[in-house]
Amino acid sequence: MIKTAGIVSGINGSMITVEFSGSVRQNEVAYVLHEDMRLKAEVVRIKGRRADLQVFESTRGLKSGAEVEFSGGLLSVELGPGLLGQLFDGLQNPLDRLAARHGFFLKRGEYITPLQEDKTWSFVPTAKAGDRVSGGDTIGTVIEGRFIHKIVVPFYLTLLHDVIHVIEPGDYTIKEKVALLKDNSGQPIPVTMSFMWPVKRPVTLYEERLPPVEQLVTRIRIIDTLFPVSKGGTYCVPGPFGAGKTVLQQLTAKSAEVDIVIVAACGERAGEVVETIREFPMIIDPSTAEPLINRTIIVCNTSSMPVAARESSVYTAITMAEYYRHMGLHVLLLADSTSRWAQAMRERSGRLEEIPGEEAFPAYLQSVIADFYERSGLVRLKDGGKGSVTIGGAVSPAGGNFEEPVTQATLKTVGAFHALSRERSDARRYPAIDPLESWSKYKGAISPAQRSQLFKLLKRADEIGQMMKVVGEEGTSLDDFMLYLKAELFDEVYLQQNAYDEVDGATSIGRQAHVFSIIFDILNTHMEFKGKDEARRFFNEMRQHFLDYNTIPEGAVAFDEKEENIMTLLLEHVPVSDRSCVRTLSEALVESDLDSFFRRSKMAGGIDKKDLSIVIKDGKSDEKNI
Amino acid sequence: MKKIYNRILQISGNIIAVRASGIKYGELAIVKTSQGKTFAEVIRINASDEIFLQVFAGGSGISTGDEVYFLGRHMGIPFSENLLGRIFTATGEPRDGGPHLTEALTEISGPAVNPAKRIVPTNMIHTGIPMIDIFNSLVESQKISIFTTSGEPYNELVVRIALQAKVDAIVVGGMGIRYDDYLFIKDSIEKGGAFGRCVLFIHTASDPVVECLIAADISLAVAERFALEGKKVLVLLTDMTNFCDALKEIAVVMEQIPSNRGYPGDLYSQLAVRYEKAVSFEGAGSITILSVTTMPGNDVTHPVPDNTGYITEGQYYLNNGRIEPFGSLSRLKQLVNKDTRADHRPLMTSMIQLYAFYRETMEKRAMGFRMSQWDEKLLKYGNLFEAGIMDLSVNIALYEALDMGWRILAECFTPEETGLRSELIKTYWPDICKA
Ligand SMILES: Nc1ncnc2c1ncn2[C@@H]1O[C@H](COP(=O)(O)OP(=O)(O)OP(=O)(O)O)[C@@H](O)[C@H]1O
Ligand SMILES: [Mg+2]
Repeated sequence: MIKTAGIVSGINGSMITVEFSGSVRQNEVAYVLHEDMRLKAEVVRIKGRRADLQVFESTRGLKSGAEVEFSGGLLSVELGPGLLGQLFDGLQNPLDRLAARHGFFLKRGEYITPLQEDKTWSFVPTAKAGDRVSGGDTIGTVIEGRFIHKIVVPFYLTLLHDVIHVIEPGDYTIKEKVALLKDNSGQPIPVTMSFMWPVKRPVTLYEERLPPVEQLVTRIRIIDTLFPVSKGGTYCVPGPFGAGKTVLQQLTAKSAEVDIVIVAACGERAGEVVETIREFPMIIDPSTAEPLINRTIIVCNTSSMPVAARESSVYTAITMAEYYRHMGLHVLLLADSTSRWAQAMRERSGRLEEIPGEEAFPAYLQSVIADFYERSGLVRLKDGGKGSVTIGGAVSPAGGNFEEPVTQATLKTVGAFHALSRERSDARRYPAIDPLESWSKYKGAISPAQRSQLFKLLKRADEIGQMMKVVGEEGTSLDDFMLYLKAELFDEVYLQQNAYDEVDGATSIGRQAHVFSIIFDILNTHMEFKGKDEARRFFNEMRQHFLDYNTIPEGAVAFDEKEENIMTLLLEHVPVSDRSCVRTLSEALVESDLDSFFRRSKMAGGIDKKDLSIVIKDGKSDEKNI
Repeated sequence: MKKIYNRILQISGNIIAVRASGIKYGELAIVKTSQGKTFAEVIRINASDEIFLQVFAGGSGISTGDEVYFLGRHMGIPFSENLLGRIFTATGEPRDGGPHLTEALTEISGPAVNPAKRIVPTNMIHTGIPMIDIFNSLVESQKISIFTTSGEPYNELVVRIALQAKVDAIVVGGMGIRYDDYLFIKDSIEKGGAFGRCVLFIHTASDPVVECLIAADISLAVAERFALEGKKVLVLLTDMTNFCDALKEIAVVMEQIPSNRGYPGDLYSQLAVRYEKAVSFEGAGSITILSVTTMPGNDVTHPVPDNTGYITEGQYYLNNGRIEPFGSLSRLKQLVNKDTRADHRPLMTSMIQLYAFYRETMEKRAMGFRMSQWDEKLLKYGNLFEAGIMDLSVNIALYEALDMGWRILAECFTPEETGLRSELIKTYWPDICKA
């Protein structure tokens, strides 16, 4: 086959126009010859004899007239053993090896194969001569870290093939032939341990897609308890700058109970990736006793790296995620930030002079985002095993306004929404997930009834808080005030979590259940106080105990002691007569709701503040001197 | 032999077009007009060899018959130690009457640093300003911006930090600044005795708009060279809003579809390319970037502060002559404040939370509500905090500032009201005035 060639005729940033002869495929990869470099590019539009290409590198210094070679292939990644623990750029170049070769700065046109070709893997065959196999079927296994890595028939061999020969057990590199297949026409097809797969084509070689019903434990309390995520599900984390998206994702990458985490640092700060690269080899994952880096792949196209490659970085990441799902593993893909990916599309669309949609984003934004998230899922594989890809995407809305196109398009496709709010992050209430705005369609650690009760409490407390701003503390009944303080306690010692504390930073699901039951009891306990100051003192003290408690490792002596402190303090304020018949939170909420309804209707009747206080007094206010 | 083009096809705003072949993308050209020579840079090459150039001195006064010739190279700056103690225009012309530099050119806008070669920063830059040192520590290799409005003393703050910081070189990139501000910066650095380790690239409000963009790139290119030679460099960029407005102006002329309030869709990437120059090189020096972003209408959701906030590693909110505790953020602080003193982090959190309560109480009081005992305590606290910690005239070292924090807490609250863990209270709570 003769390869198509072309000549550069126009340059506009990363977009070039190429006059070609022969045939060119949409999304085909091409190389622009510049000085002694070959700059990788991708066809994004074809019109007559002209193709528009986006170059994955800086086009500085390029001249019109430069030669272009079309490769015939689509933008692809290499799949095989040895991806884990690596740091790749958006095109799957290993950045460590690039650094070893070129030093501090990235050099254009330098590409290195992602998998190390001299490393040997201990191969154990599972298929034998005479078997009939097709793409995705296992022919042997190797051990990658603590995983059994299946060596499979390349995904693109979709038809059935006869196995002619499989190599003996032994140590082989990824370039050595481990099997020989034969297609229908008798053509022999050698198979190695790695193969290429186009990044924009979803891998669908599973038996069926299952509903995401099993919880993915993140060990972040507010998520696991209130806004859970499922294996195979999707969620997004939008929030204004500095609200804590990246910290939350880093935390999730560390603590989430999955087999593999793929971090796609897409158009964000390089420094943040560096923290991960340097930190993860040092952290030993308690559940596997291995450094965290062994279960992690980082795909990194940070903000000052070429914009075109930013777009492909999320596809590079998801393709590797699908590959490991095919091994029967649970994979979590964290993309920070999908807005930068959308912006890369916007830049390209602008240079192509396409008709823009809202805020100059391309009109196809919504469908591209939906297609991406749809590559998630829990699946049953052909061999009966299960694997999943869960996607969590950070979103960086312009101006922190969730009405903007990327947030809206994302919200339409995800199963959980963790909305970070500026108010909460300003008040250092981390993680700044706003419990009143966020939602999740997945099943979590506590019962739906408890969940909905907590939402009611938080919502009511928020109303009381708002009300208190208008009528003052003295205009608030003691019962309402207590509801408010209870919600605050729940927020401060349970929903908030100190990311930088070794113990508090990650709470196991068992400990969550335990602490939750204690707190839930407190919320459900009727307490008596002489006045608001006493109530506030009590809750301050309670908070103090819990904050200490949260930082004590489970099983330590101090842990049980603290728990006793908490119970003792609580009992001091439960009237003796009440200890047996506990008034539940739901009743208190109903009463408080009724009260507020009553007051609102009275207010609507035009009563001034003085009368209002009488109404409250008639109710159950303790304030003697309004 | 250089080829001269003397048929300018199009002049629109600061952009001109000529027909020429064999031209490099981003190449520098000279345009000879009746007013003199100016640089221009290739920003687009169209099919049929139409070359678009952005003219540094602006399009005004250019005639279709003016001469254009290409230099075959990119914009650069002669680099050597001799830059220190000098003042230049945005394009590298001496502004101080000193000699022209003749050393080999360093190209501006070089490639990005390989993330694998970056190191996690660990050095705190002490400023003597408690609102920075305690609450939002500045870290070597950080990129951080001062969010403020015109009229605030932001240049004073920037220069004060620069003089206090223990760095080897200071590079000042002035963009669209008033002449008075330029003189102020220059004089303060001289008075502070730092001029010898400083180089200034100044673009004033009356200079051509396009040069505003060059000022940032040239400053960063110089900083990068110093850093590679092992120097700790601090780059001051004031005012990045002018830089963004210059981008907007050029985008409009190029008929790019604006994304938000007229700003181009690649504003984020454009800012990122500059700010990401902040780095710590393994085995060499570092670049720290402190910039100023004036917020039109004091609106943080305006595209300029918004995109800046998304790329910098935090911001200091300068409002009413003080650094606001809310909204201000140093994202790298946790890398350094763990190694200062055990009470640093918890004290910082607790003092901020209490200050937030104080603000709420102030609101309540303004609405005429009765102040509870707790409110009274908060009011006292707020006043002491503002006078002893927040006031910009306070200039004390970090540990002193932390001790001051404990004293203020002890004067106002009982230990358990502070939300601080018991063991810290045991170690640090001052005995002087048990509440
Ligand atoms: N869980 C947390 N605990 C303590 N501090 C936090 C937490 N989350 C965020 N922070 C603080 O907020 C800062 C900003 O957080 P982060 O970098 O995650 O913001 P972001 O939402 O990713 O912002 P951007 O959109 O600009 O990238 C952190 O550097 C840290 O100081
Ligand atoms: Mg972030």
